[in-house]
Amino acid sequence: MQVRVWGSRGSLATPGPDTVRYGGNTSCVEVRPDDGPPIVLDAGTGMRPLGVLMETEAIDELHILLTHLHLDHLQGLGFFRPLFRSGIDVHIWGPASPVQGLADRIAIYLSPPLFPVRLTDIPANLTFHDAPEDEAVTIGSATVRAGKVAHQGPTVGYRVEEGGRSVAYLPDHEPSLGGMRIADQPADWVSGYDVARGVDVLLHDAQYGDDEYPRHIGWGHSCIEDVVAFAEKADVGNLVLFHHDPYHSDDELDALLDKAQARHSGGRERVCLAQEGMTITLDARNGVLLKP
Amino acid sequence: MDAGTTSKSLPLILARELAANLATPMFLIDAGGTLVFYNEAAELLIGRPFAELGEVEATDFGAVLQMTEPDGTPLRRRDSPAGVAFFTHKPAHRVLVATGYDGVRRTVEVTAYPLFGATDEMHGVVTVFWENG
Repeated sequence: MQVRVWGSRGSLATPGPDTVRYGGNTSCVEVRPDDGPPIVLDAGTGMRPLGVLMETEAIDELHILLTHLHLDHLQGLGFFRPLFRSGIDVHIWGPASPVQGLADRIAIYLSPPLFPVRLTDIPANLTFHDAPEDEAVTIGSATVRAGKVAHQGPTVGYRVEEGGRSVAYLPDHEPSLGGMRIADQPADWVSGYDVARGVDVLLHDAQYGDDEYPRHIGWGHSCIEDVVAFAEKADVGNLVLFHHDPYHSDDELDALLDKAQARHSGGRERVCLAQEGMTITLDARNGVLLKP
Repeated sequence: MDAGTTSKSLPLILARELAANLATPMFLIDAGGTLVFYNEAAELLIGRPFAELGEVEATDFGAVLQMTEPDGTPLRRRDSPAGVAFFTHKPAHRVLVATGYDGVRRTVEVTAYPLFGATDEMHGVVTVFWENG
């Protein structure tokens, strides 16, 4: 299984000289199982260049897994070229709602006046699904499972497994909501634990520095202390800090990384920053390889 | 790592966080009928801290908190507000007398309501106690 980060910025696309190294595109991660169709985690602005790449490939099926429908995870959908190709089957998965189906909720954005093209006018064959919370689904050689997590509004995290290797994706997550100290909690009372438990690689919300978090409690995101505590609680192999705050420059992200690495009891090398272009190879025999 | 541990559902986790931050006694029952949490304010009613007692199976709850009608008539578990909410999936409220481990009889008003998730599945029951007088 190959994983590639196309966007790891949180909240708002942030291009400019201060974000060149880690990138300014919002959440989008490509997962390529060894066999079967591609999987795309979230549809942030990083989805645009991914679509350019996929346009050159003979893909007749792909799966887009949305964690939630905030714009920084959805905005790239209207600029994803495979959607504008007829004959391709695109399966879109997202959190269930008791009020509206997934298609109706996405169409709030993909329709005038917010967007010139209506969802119903997209040429690809679109099929919408509730995120697989009760039973895992098989996509090619990968198995995908979702779990609800604490954020603002209905939100899920995803866990993708293949050949005994696994990656979890929780880009927007506030497991310490309410002042809970994660380290002190029984694991079964920690939001997202089931999704992340024992994975080889966890891409996780790390939006705030510890000094910033008290001003943002309840906004749905994590600080460095909490993301490291969560990763340790869930016994993940490698922690990839994700969903970088749009106000954080590359240098500030480096400083946050240093703090996270110092805090992790398993060693500095187990924590890194997500950056555009980063690849993660998960192989049953050879283990896990992360390349910036 | 807690090998094999399964997470509680998110509505229960969020309800627990709410309960942990309230001065009102609050109990949480999961979808299987197990008492999975009560807050510090509820510890005064029970007479023992949750950290000491831990989760309580539904069949054992009568030993934790005995409930009667105000006139002393024993109250069946399924007729308590939590029981009504659990079995009928509807909110319930009534006045009753609760006796915990400390043996003190307290007249309380009790409200219970079921927790439904986004896809209409019931995740458990929240029960809130107000002590009269």
